[in-house]
Amino acid sequence: MPILKEHLVLDDPERGVFRVHRSAFTSQEIFDLEREYIFGQCWLYLGHESEIPSPGDYVRRWIGGRPLFMVRDEDGQVRVFYNTCTHRGALVCRRDKGNAKVFQCFYHAWTFDTKGRLVGVPKEERFGPGFAKEELGLRSPRVGTYRGFVFVNFSTNPPPLEAYLAGAKEVLDLVADQAEEGMIVLEGSHRYAIRANWKLMVENSVDSYHLVPTHQTYFEFLDYLAQVRGTTQGKTGKKLERPERVVALGNGHVVLEAPAVGGRPVADYHPLLGGEEIRCEIEEVKARTLARLGEERGRRVTEMGRNFIYFPNLIIVDTRATNLRIVEPIAPGETMILQFQLVPKEEFGTLRFERRMHSYLSFFGPGGLATPDDVEAVESCQAGFAAGEVEYNDLSLGYAKEDSGVTELPMRVFWRQWYALIQGKPAPTSWEDPVAAR
Amino acid sequence: MSLRTKVEDFLYHEAELLDEWRLDEWLALFTEDARYVVPTTDLPEGDPSRNLVFVDDDIVALRGRVNRLKSRHAHREYPWSRTVRLITNVRVKEEGDEVLVRANFAVYRSRDPSGRWSHTHEYVGEYFYRLVRDGEGFRIRYKKATLQMEGLKEHGAVSIVV
Repeated sequence: MPILKEHLVLDDPERGVFRVHRSAFTSQEIFDLEREYIFGQCWLYLGHESEIPSPGDYVRRWIGGRPLFMVRDEDGQVRVFYNTCTHRGALVCRRDKGNAKVFQCFYHAWTFDTKGRLVGVPKEERFGPGFAKEELGLRSPRVGTYRGFVFVNFSTNPPPLEAYLAGAKEVLDLVADQAEEGMIVLEGSHRYAIRANWKLMVENSVDSYHLVPTHQTYFEFLDYLAQVRGTTQGKTGKKLERPERVVALGNGHVVLEAPAVGGRPVADYHPLLGGEEIRCEIEEVKARTLARLGEERGRRVTEMGRNFIYFPNLIIVDTRATNLRIVEPIAPGETMILQFQLVPKEEFGTLRFERRMHSYLSFFGPGGLATPDDVEAVESCQAGFAAGEVEYNDLSLGYAKEDSGVTELPMRVFWRQWYALIQGKPAPTSWEDPVAAR
Repeated sequence: MSLRTKVEDFLYHEAELLDEWRLDEWLALFTEDARYVVPTTDLPEGDPSRNLVFVDDDIVALRGRVNRLKSRHAHREYPWSRTVRLITNVRVKEEGDEVLVRANFAVYRSRDPSGRWSHTHEYVGEYFYRLVRDGEGFRIRYKKATLQMEGLKEHGAVSIVV
């Protein structure tokens, strides 16, 4: 079974070198190990409670290779079920979202209520004495929620969600605390496939190094917008100088915090967002947020953008708008991305909301001015791997540097967790760059 | 010439400009208060003021989009993909100073970024336009391209104008 397992990740503090073997992106065997040891063991992000506000509301989703659906039961509790009839296997939830009192399998009309109980079986009297309806309810994975984020776990004896989240709790708090009345997921999602390994998309989401070369046209757009808005302050030119702070949060979760380019609707005014009217709105929200959360936390929530990897399958890019991205591996070279927009509930109808919507669309998603180039980049990498001769990717940028300059540390944090788990080892105790022993 | 024929000629002209990547000429078809919208595949009735959509461009954003697509740094579209647009089932209705248009479309996009095989895929759906008269022709005040598709699979993006 070992396919280079000892050499998949090279982590050399002496030389400040970090490399990942390209078979990690191409091998079916490694893909299968990931299914078992990562997606089969870790808490996986499934969805947000706000997607199912009322009893009977449901959404259907494939996560970690399994069909699931999340439903708010008649008493208001969020439940998640494996989407398979306990009779012969057919999917019982056959739409992406909706509202239902019961889920009836169309094959033989077995019927389940929103708590998953089997409540209807045609010709029930013809089953034998061993037939027990109460044993044939829909099955659930372990379910945990934190600040409205819903997670599932397929293993039999997982750690508590909060223990697994570790330092990631703080990032989810910072995201959730933007809102006074709660963050909600907007209706409408971006669903697209990429012909690339899922980890390339994860890497891309915390990669500051690629921003300027890959997204030059996006920065040119911001410059153009600055010109239209009659300001020079938005000018980014072809440089991007900003202090970055990377924090390993435990269990492979990692965040890169940096001031957002072009301001934040909550709540960091920048002329790119518009004139006096929106400046007033934003400054008011900022004052309220600082009063609500205190000066230090308030400033982190309002002024800092964050690119966050929740290990393994969620990315939150919370910069000029808040983007949730579920990464769902399909095959070594194929990944589905399901992307949402999270907004503060109270913002509807404001100018900030309008700016937030346009900030989101100008960068993110299949129709944005930046995401299509990310897709091109990761697909290009996947195609390049077929060359074979170059065995390793290099991720050494900023190794063990303690400054606030550009670094590939977020990716190294992710890979250190990944490498331990696919070998069936316990999670590391430290994810930072180790200091060379001298 | 019937109104529908005139509108069809206009739509064919627009399609030709897009297929030939004459983007500045295409942009000149729009009014200053124009909007170009592409809803998501899961919410075809999506309202960009409340829902997540793929594209919601005013004239400023549209100019930004065109500037980008003309750049050799728009990596998803450099080199440009080859496209062929088919427009059918055109229906027109006059309302005030506007002509409301519905039509069906298929946009075939072909590109071979890796040099190994070419990918041809199609965007299929419905157009909804609000046109205003401009001399003998029209200008576009509103264009919505509703994709009647369950998701973007081999497409990976909506990097062209649909």
